[in-house]
Amino acid sequence: MNGESILKVTGILLEYLIPTLKIFGFTLLFSIPLGMVVACLKMCKIKPISWLTNIYILVMRGTPLMLQVIVVYYALPYIRMMEGLPDFLKNMLSGIDVASDDFMFGAVLTAFVLNYAAYFAEIFRGGIEAMPKGQYEAAAALGMTKPQTFFRIILPQVIKKIVPASSNEVITLVKDTSLANVVAYAEITLKAKQQMMNYSSLIPLFIAGVFYFAMAMILTFLFSFIEKKLNYYR
Amino acid sequence: MAILEVTNLSKSFGELGVLKDISFTVEQGEVVSIIGPSGSGKSTLLRCINQFEKADDGRISICGLDMLVKDKNGRTVYAPKKVLQEIRLKIGLVFQSFNLFPHMTVLQNIIEAPVHVLKQDKSQATEKAVELLAKMGLSDKAKEYPCNLSGGQQQRVSIARALALNPDVLFFDEPTSALDPELTGEILKVIKELAAEKMTMVIVTHEMQFAKEISDRVIFMDGGYIIENGTPDEVFENSENERTKQFLERYHS
Repeated sequence: MNGESILKVTGILLEYLIPTLKIFGFTLLFSIPLGMVVACLKMCKIKPISWLTNIYILVMRGTPLMLQVIVVYYALPYIRMMEGLPDFLKNMLSGIDVASDDFMFGAVLTAFVLNYAAYFAEIFRGGIEAMPKGQYEAAAALGMTKPQTFFRIILPQVIKKIVPASSNEVITLVKDTSLANVVAYAEITLKAKQQMMNYSSLIPLFIAGVFYFAMAMILTFLFSFIEKKLNYYR
Repeated sequence: MAILEVTNLSKSFGELGVLKDISFTVEQGEVVSIIGPSGSGKSTLLRCINQFEKADDGRISICGLDMLVKDKNGRTVYAPKKVLQEIRLKIGLVFQSFNLFPHMTVLQNIIEAPVHVLKQDKSQATEKAVELLAKMGLSDKAKEYPCNLSGGQQQRVSIARALALNPDVLFFDEPTSALDPELTGEILKVIKELAAEKMTMVIVTHEMQFAKEISDRVIFMDGGYIIENGTPDEVFENSENERTKQFLERYHS
């Protein structure tokens, strides 16, 4: 590959940075709040709810994300063919164009959010359970309500505790977005593969690697900055 | 007027009875120390009064409000939530391990409850907090975080935090047990000052000398029972009870 074609490939990959970032951003946006809900469900005192949540977490963490993406993406046509499906559901599902970009994005995002919510849930739960009982008791002794105790006393301390573990997840996520190529979602890895064939060269893959590396570095710096900011107390 | 009235209180953890038929009262302005060996039930008693443990049987009333009563079927029941909250605000609690909020400055720790629970004006709460800090000898520490303070200083902040709600009675759960011996003095001094101001206090402690000096009354507990309840002289000097004598001897030697 000459300099010109390297620039051209870089330009193409740069363009497909946007769908990559779209998965990254939306996954964080939805999986963090969902993770909090899942963490609460797992800590729920009603046993069946806690068990069901645990099964969900076990499955999500125990099977490959790539497999989950494939399952969510290919599930719809099979569900549509199922017999005994209520009519309104059948009509709703048949209205979806499986070949559309929107559906592809939706399927990939669904799998990512479900998967990452399970990981975040465990991080949040760990952080909440690590809080000393004395903090709850001190708040109660001062007459604070349960929501006040959670939002003013517990949560701010939990956030500080979970930043290091969360930063790991977030950095992993930026690299995991490449798994979306398995269902032909057009993002950096898929495009790099195409260019590799185009030019019969490995260089497009290296360029893609540089892109991921740069994003991971930016996140690393961002998180070490946040950790420092939160270091005003021990 | 009795600030605290405990009548026939009992509590067990499973099979293990930790409080057995506990009855005592604390009058306004009185300083009462509770002493006794580890596992005698003194901390559990304090935790029952502060709603951290549920008692099984008996009655508790604080500042004229019934917290734990018998209903007309003879069952032991707690007061409605609203009353429990009212009682909570009438009593202050100082923990063995301070339990300050580490993510807040000293000042924020003290004004947290006045502002967010009593809905006081922030400037008014701050004024009061500054006053309390001066009283605790910590005027220069208002903007520090708890991690930058010594154990003794942290405990004084936690006393200020409890006082910020203007409680009618202050409970101490072994306030010096987590401190180095050279730091216990500063806490005991603060408690003495509060006693001089006629603050009603109930102090669970292992500091015998201190209990003797400061208390109007001393309660000796063992095995979940109140063994003795009398003036420091009666308990420390003239006790007839074998168990009390044994316990005190071990402390003196």
